[in-house]
Formats: sequence, C-alpha cells, structure tokens
Amino acid sequence: MYEHLETAENRDSLKRVVVDPVSRVEGHGKVTLLLDENNKVQQARLHIVEFRGFERFIQGRPYWELPVLVQRLCGICPVSHHLAAAKAIDQLVGVDPENLPVSADKLRRLLHFGQVMQSHALHFFHLSSPDLLFGFESDISKRSVIAVLAEYPEIGVQGVKLRKYGQEVIRMVSGKRIHGTGAIAGGMNKSLTKAERDYLLEDIDQMITWAEGSVALIKKVHCSNLPYYDDFATIRTNYLGLTKPDGALELYHGGIRAKNEHGEIIMDQVDYCQYNDYIHEEVRSWTYMKFPYLLSLGQENGWYRVGPLARVNNCDSIDTPLAEAARVEFKAHSGEAMVHSTLAFHWTRLIEVLHCAESIKELLNDPDIMGHDLVAQGEKRYEGIGVIEAPRGTLFHHYQVDENDIVTKANLIVSTTSNNMAMNESVRQVAAEYLSGRELTEPLLNNLEVAIRAYDPCLSCATHAVGKMPLQLELVDVDGKLIDKLVKHDDGQIERVNA
Amino acid sequence: MSKTITIDGKTIPFEDGQTIMDAAMAADVYIPHLCHQPEFTPHGSCKLCTVKVNGRNCSACTFPAMDGQDVLSETKELIDDRKKITQMLFVEGNHFCPSCEKTGNCQLQAVAYHLNMLDNHFPLFYPDRNVDASHAEVMIDHNRCIFCALCVRASQQTDGKNVFALSGRGIHKHLIVNAESGLLKDTDVDVNDQAVHICPTGAILVKRTGYQVPIGERIYDHQQIDQVALASEHPKHGK
Repeated sequence: MYEHLETAENRDSLKRVVVDPVSRVEGHGKVTLLLDENNKVQQARLHIVEFRGFERFIQGRPYWELPVLVQRLCGICPVSHHLAAAKAIDQLVGVDPENLPVSADKLRRLLHFGQVMQSHALHFFHLSSPDLLFGFESDISKRSVIAVLAEYPEIGVQGVKLRKYGQEVIRMVSGKRIHGTGAIAGGMNKSLTKAERDYLLEDIDQMITWAEGSVALIKKVHCSNLPYYDDFATIRTNYLGLTKPDGALELYHGGIRAKNEHGEIIMDQVDYCQYNDYIHEEVRSWTYMKFPYLLSLGQENGWYRVGPLARVNNCDSIDTPLAEAARVEFKAHSGEAMVHSTLAFHWTRLIEVLHCAESIKELLNDPDIMGHDLVAQGEKRYEGIGVIEAPRGTLFHHYQVDENDIVTKANLIVSTTSNNMAMNESVRQVAAEYLSGRELTEPLLNNLEVAIRAYDPCLSCATHAVGKMPLQLELVDVDGKLIDKLVKHDDGQIERVNA
Repeated sequence: MSKTITIDGKTIPFEDGQTIMDAAMAADVYIPHLCHQPEFTPHGSCKLCTVKVNGRNCSACTFPAMDGQDVLSETKELIDDRKKITQMLFVEGNHFCPSCEKTGNCQLQAVAYHLNMLDNHFPLFYPDRNVDASHAEVMIDHNRCIFCALCVRASQQTDGKNVFALSGRGIHKHLIVNAESGLLKDTDVDVNDQAVHICPTGAILVKRTGYQVPIGERIYDHQQIDQVALASEHPKHGK
C-alpha cells in the first residue's frame, strides 16, 4: 500500500505540482503532488475543495421536503438521493419496506434502474471513454466526448441514446428528467399510464442490444491490454454493498454485505438501520470529505470500496440472464475470487447498465406499475434510515425529527465518501508507480485523473463535514513570530497551544 | 347608456361600485396581482396591479372605475415596474422554488414566470425567519410570507375568526398569530379554514401533503397565471 505518501516530511523543501480542477468528474477536486529534486513523489493527495453542508441546512425543515430538497445535492444521481431520503421518511410515517404498496415499490425500482442506467452511461461514454479509446496520455484535444463522436460515431451516439433512455424512464416516473418528484412518504405520487408504459417499451429492446454491445466493447478494451488494465491504480481492498437475501445483486433494497480482499465475508445481510454499529467516519484536516471505515477492522484496515466493482465482486449472481452471463465472464477473466483492478470499475459499470436495461423491460411488462394503490400509512416515528445502491455505491441517509415533524439531525454517507480512502490510495499508487522520477507533463498527469475517474466520483455530493473539520488558528506578529495558537480537534474540542 | 373605461385602448363597461380590477376581470382582461382575491376587501399592498389612470399610478384593485377613465396596464414601463416589484418580493424573503412544495402551484412563482422574471436582479436579503410547525396539521414558513394579508382577511371575513395579523412596519413587517405564545398551536385555526388554503406562496401549508400532486397536474403546469386567474376569479364563472 502507499499510505506513506499521504504526508511527506520536509514539505517546505519540496516542489509542488497541482492538477486543478480534476476534470470530467462531478464537483470540484484537485490533486497535489510534492516532488523532491529527482522528481520522486513524496506526497500525493486528492483534495475535495468544495463545501456543500446539506446535513446542516436541512435541519429545521419539515421531513416531507427531504426527498425533493436533498436530491439537489446532485444533477447526475438526484434520483438516488430522492429515493434514499424517501426510504428514510417512509419509516417516519411508520411504513417499513415490506409494507410499501407493491406498485409503489416497483415504480421506485423502475425509477432507480433508469437512474443507474443513465448515470453509468454518462460516466462511461461522456466522461471516461475518451481515455479508454484514445489512450490515457493522448492529446488533450482528443480527451472529450466530442472527439469520441467524431472518431467513433456509432459508440458515441449509442452512449448518448442509452443515457437519454434512462432519463426518459426518470421523466415518465417522476415528471422531469432531472429533479422531479415521485416518491413521497409511504409511496409514490403517480403510477405510469399505459401510454407512458408503451412509449418506454418501444425502445427497450434496442437499449438491451446496445448495452450488450457496450459490455463487449469494454471487455475488448480491458483484455487487449490486460496486465496494464489489471495493474493501473489497482489496490487490494475490502468491498461493501447491498445484496438480496440470496446474495444476488441488488440496487434498491437489501442487506449490507462486506467482503475482504480474499472474498471472505466480513458481514452479511446486516440490517442497514444498524449501520452505525458497523461503520464510523474519520475526519482529516486537509479535505472536506470524511473517511468511513468498518468498525470491526479499525481505521487502518477497515476502509472499503463501494460502487459497481464492489457490487459485482460482492454478489453471488445477477437475476437477469444477459447481465449474469456478463458477470460470470468478468469474474473468470481474473481467475481470482475478487477483482481488484480499479479500471474494472468501468467493466462492472457496463454490466450494471445491461442489468438495468433488462430489469426495466421486466418491470415495463408488469401491470403493477400501472396500479393505483400507491401510498401506505402507519404510526409516526422519530427516526428514519434509508440506504440504497446509488450508481457510485452505497448511499446512507439518516434523519431524526421532532414531534412537530421538523428535521433535527441528519447524517449522509455518500458513495464517494466511502471511496475517499481508496481514491487517495489509487492516486498515490499511480503517482508512485507511473509518475515518480519522470519529468511531469500534462498528458502524464492525466493518469492521475484516469485513476480518480474510474471511481466515477461525485465530489459535490460528498462534502458535508460541517462543524467537524479540524481547524488551526494562528496569531502571528509583524515579524512573523507565532504569538498564540488555537487548535480545534475533529471531536470539536478546542485546545490552546502556547507558542 | 352604460358607463365605460378604456384599458390599453379597449373599451370596457363597468357598474357603479366596481374597481378597475373588477371591471377588467369581468371583461377578461388580466392585470397581475398577488394580494387581491375578489371575495375579500381589497388590500392594495402588493402594488403589482399598478396601472396608470389618466396619467397617475393607482392600484387597480382599490381604485374605483369611473366613466371615461383612460387606463394603461400593459405598457413597457408598468411591466418593468411589476417585474422589479416581484424581484423585490423574492429577495426580501427566502424563496427556494426548486425544493419548495408549493412550486407549480405558487402564485408568486407563476407571476414571476408571467412577467418573464429571469433573475433576482437585487441582492438577496437572506432574512433570518423561522418556521412555526407547532400546530398538528398546519404550518407557517415565514421565509415565504409576502405580507399580502389574504390569510388575515380570509380568517376574519370567511372563517369568522381572527387568527392572523400583520405587525411591525416597513422592513420589520411580519405575520403574527393570535396567541400569547405566538405559536399557531395556541390559536383556534383549523385545517379546513379558508385562511389555511388562501396563501399565494408556500407560507401557510397543510402539513404532510407536499408533493402529492405529481408534476404535470399542478395548477400552473399547463396554464399561465393569467388564464388561471381569469377562469377562477371571473365574476361570472369564478368560485
């Protein structure tokens, strides 16, 4: 591992190289490298430099606003936040997942499959395919979806249309492609009309065919340069995600499963409402993003990866035939129990696109999505936890409300936050193995971004450590002499350090 | 011969006792307004219905129609003024349409669309206002109150109560409720009161009903506010 590159000694004497902003990701982040006189990397960090603070400002709002308010965290996966919050507020009105009306449950799943499909398609085709098709160090003019459309028009157009189809599913269920409504406490506010269902059915077979083609494409790209793809930014980690009770891939609702790097179960089918007993978060002073870890393994060894690679690694099967065949093929390529290649995120992402397309077809042919029993009611509760597999991984929403229905406390563990340690570790791996000792050029630095991009991070979703940031306040006189110093630790304790 | 006024050159008949707004609405001529509802005593506070009568600015909702009046309404100057007034209403409170449960059903938002308001223009005040969720079924979000006093009038004139009032002056004006504690739960408001349902923005809400109407079925999803107002407030076919 490369943790020794998190903080260098003698930092003042080192050269600083900054990649700012990291492009073709959601939100704002930067990478800093500190190099010695021989261009050897001494420190590499991914900093998340923006600040959102949703956890704080949703306090004081009525709980029914949550699904619509928190989805504004993101323009790419708003539906995931919408549904995680909806699952949490279901509990506030006393409705457990098994009591959600069948039609509402299936409509939410349909909505979520549309979301995962469009987000994955956006990430692969618009953001990452230029790296994969033209090479990581290709000329900067090639590194955009425009170049993909020019040189590989068929692939580019399929990507755009796959994403568009996912957006259309979202529009039909929630009224808008981005930031609609739909899920309300205890159910949904509308079902699909026959006309809406038929409209979506028109193109679904084409989408399945294109999704199959995209899996074949990434397999070809990956296997054509297998040692490189298996090694680049690769780190051996634990993996966490939801699975169905039988261990099959699950995106909307299931129990938490975690496996270690050898594929051994750390925990399985844990009720996500108990997440606080299993996962804690650490705060570090140089980033707004927290570092979650599995309590049983401790801070040092307990960090884990989430997202498509984690889900496909964790599950025992996929319940749609084409995606299952693709999963079996994917697992067979490495011969190991777990695939640790960071670039394999792309492969698994496209397997999930195929799974989504197949699942959408299944749901569109299910008359329940046109049902009218859409909302359930129960006894009011004061705490609600909703967990979902967002495109980028497991997403936790946890709320407490008072007797007046007002939110008093919120905790969000966003997928990208779970991948924070892993992204940093991958950045350090690339810095150490591919950049260290070389004359750094702009194309070479793109390697760092390729590593980060594989995780499909949503940096704007993930920055909420308000009030928990460790801070340091120094009072310095005109001659630069330190007069006084206050340090705020990550537990909120403030200490005066006498100069 | 019946008495008439002209609005933007169009001759419109009126009856004694009618305001310019009454006459206009009866003739299917829309003049933007927020604090006016035909069933309540005119308030004349939002100033959106400002028109020019014989060269002078007047509130159409309070100014009596008089024979031969030459009224200008849809002039560039007046439309610009109305847009500025609406922008000021937005910046004076905390209006976050994207997550507001009233979006799509909100008269303030609909008027802003009608006037083609594309930005706030003025700096936001970000006032520190609270939410009164103390009542079991009704909630006040003071962030969104524009002091139109429709709830005040509906409570007095329809519900036969006296739940709401405006207090303070100028920038310190605020909505209060009739209880020593200052909390809605200690008033005699009822969820079925008209005052609870009359708010043109999202300031007074029935709890736990937000977002139940899907996008596409909200009041202003398919119609602009002028069409909705003329249909619902017209003296012949209104409520």
